[in-house]
Amino acid sequence: MKRIVYREWRISPQRYWSILGILAAVVGVGALAFGYMEHEGHWVTGMNNSVVWGTPHVFAVFLIISSSGALNIASIGTVFQKPIYKPLGRLSGLLAVALLMGGLLVLVTDLGRPERLIVAMTTYNFSSIFAWNIFLYTGFMAIVIAYLWTMADRQGSAFKRPVGILALVWRLALTTGTGSIFGFIVARQAFDAAILGPMFVAMSFAYGLAVFMLVLMFAFNDDERPIGPVMLRRLKNLLALFVAIVLYFTLIYHLKNLYITENASLETWLLLKGGIYTFLFWIGWVLIGSLVPLGILYHPELSKEPKWVAAACALVIAGGLATMYVVIIGSQAFPIQMFPGRTVLESGFLDGVNGQAAPYWPTLPELLLGLGGVGVALLITAVGVRVLQFLPESLADDVVPPCEETIASAEADPELA
Amino acid sequence: MTDKTDRAENEIDAGRRDFIGVAAGMTAAVVAPGVFLHSVAAAPRSEPVNSDVRWGLLVDTAKCVDGCSACVEACNEENGLNLQTPPKGESERKWDTQKAVWIRKVKLQDNQTGRITNLPMMCQHCEHPPCVDVCPTGASFKRADGIVMVDRHLCIGCRYCMMACPYKARSFIHDETSGQLTSVPRGKGCVESCNLCVHRRDYGEESTACVDACAAEGHHAIVFGDLKDPNSAINQQLKEIPSRQIREDLQLNTGVRYSGV
Repeated sequence: MKRIVYREWRISPQRYWSILGILAAVVGVGALAFGYMEHEGHWVTGMNNSVVWGTPHVFAVFLIISSSGALNIASIGTVFQKPIYKPLGRLSGLLAVALLMGGLLVLVTDLGRPERLIVAMTTYNFSSIFAWNIFLYTGFMAIVIAYLWTMADRQGSAFKRPVGILALVWRLALTTGTGSIFGFIVARQAFDAAILGPMFVAMSFAYGLAVFMLVLMFAFNDDERPIGPVMLRRLKNLLALFVAIVLYFTLIYHLKNLYITENASLETWLLLKGGIYTFLFWIGWVLIGSLVPLGILYHPELSKEPKWVAAACALVIAGGLATMYVVIIGSQAFPIQMFPGRTVLESGFLDGVNGQAAPYWPTLPELLLGLGGVGVALLITAVGVRVLQFLPESLADDVVPPCEETIASAEADPELA
Repeated sequence: MTDKTDRAENEIDAGRRDFIGVAAGMTAAVVAPGVFLHSVAAAPRSEPVNSDVRWGLLVDTAKCVDGCSACVEACNEENGLNLQTPPKGESERKWDTQKAVWIRKVKLQDNQTGRITNLPMMCQHCEHPPCVDVCPTGASFKRADGIVMVDRHLCIGCRYCMMACPYKARSFIHDETSGQLTSVPRGKGCVESCNLCVHRRDYGEESTACVDACAAEGHHAIVFGDLKDPNSAINQQLKEIPSRQIREDLQLNTGVRYSGV
């Protein structure tokens, strides 16, 4: 093991500025979409009085939970003292801040009255989980910036563990809080489930790590820095574990609903007759987002190929977006059961006439606003790694700290060592 | 000469005095009623709302007529919702999902018996409103007299209250508003819902627009009144006929009660 040296991202200026230019364009288009929605009103979106949170929220929540998940890598190094993860801590912190910024920006630019953000910052109703989250998000940002300082500055290294523990506890609270925004809603059957809190934590582990791995692999590949097979194996195993945990929570969530008679119609709709939501659940959430990546990540040969591992990460992200779409929009589209045992024949306000789901189809401005948030997150990351020393120079096997797995197998079979 | 001049200056200008007198009188005549009426009109609003009363509605679904939408039309007119028009380029079908609706008619069929029930649905003015719990800024609030409504100055348009309402009672203003009513200011980007004609409450008027319209049609399916007053018409009826709350299991203690559901 050698001393870990961190260096700025040294790709050619041409390449760097063209990446920055593309990201700035994505952010710019997102800003235009925001301006359009703000000027015209939300009628230009697909959102309506039944599906009140749409595609912007899919992106925002995805980015926010990925943010806390991205910090996991730093926590494993600092709090759980796994040496091999320590060189990744700085990038993990940077990504956490960047993704949170991107997600929050989408959330606030989708408000009906975004110019009143100051009201949200000064007038609180503390029984609202949203109000708690305002503190959880801003606090998370401050703690992670302090955490980055303890990782980067020698003076701060004494505080690294306590700040790291605080950041871990805080991120668990944050993601549980984000899940509880939905989980504590008694009005809608699909939400009313406390399991959504921990389920969002599991999702954040998977999505955050997938984003982290893709960014790491892209940055290293572009700068011709090596990632050794040991590091790749550790990361891909961790990702597979997290994806499996999400699948486990998904199973429990649906088993609970299937067991309880009053939720049978919800499950029949979601699993069989929900159209786009059924498709996104089975194909997006389960197949593309879980089973295929698991297949790749546990495949004896493919899992050794960085390209296949990167593909698995991309699939987890795509599946994650599908998951958010089903969780956030699908749960609203299913009609509220106000009159159990009765069928709504007519309604002046789309109360699920004959059990019909509420209509929603995303429009372009919504999509562009969401992508703008992704652009902001990647732009902050790109600038961060370029101007500051976030990335280790090498993650080759002989550079990274020893990995317990390698040590254990060496002890078991001395010839391997 | 000097004396004459002095006298002339000291003489009272009767014309000027008359003019001032008439002007003062006319000013008083014009302004006084305004001042007086203003103070009369403002009187109820100068006192804070208190919890001695709790406003509520009782809907007798047996009297609610299939195909009648008098309550909906009256509400729309009372609150300026009839001034909404689809934005340019928006299809009627999509606009139907986005326009504000404070009260709607719902027609139900019992799955076992096939019995048909008609009823109006609106904000149920819960004692423990989920919309108030979730609102991050406190814009969604419950008045001391039980009316649940939105403070349009504090609402940031996050729509969390719409997610949390078990009755789908709230609407988001998706488009620019124009020609609003003075008594019901509305604005793009905020959430709104039935407020039991709160402007009528504040001016000490009786009843709500929907109740009046239903009575005018001769149906008398909705009764408005003070749930705390043992002698109020609503309380008398609640004692007489069986009634229940929609989604009673949530124990929100709604201010709107239904019979025959």
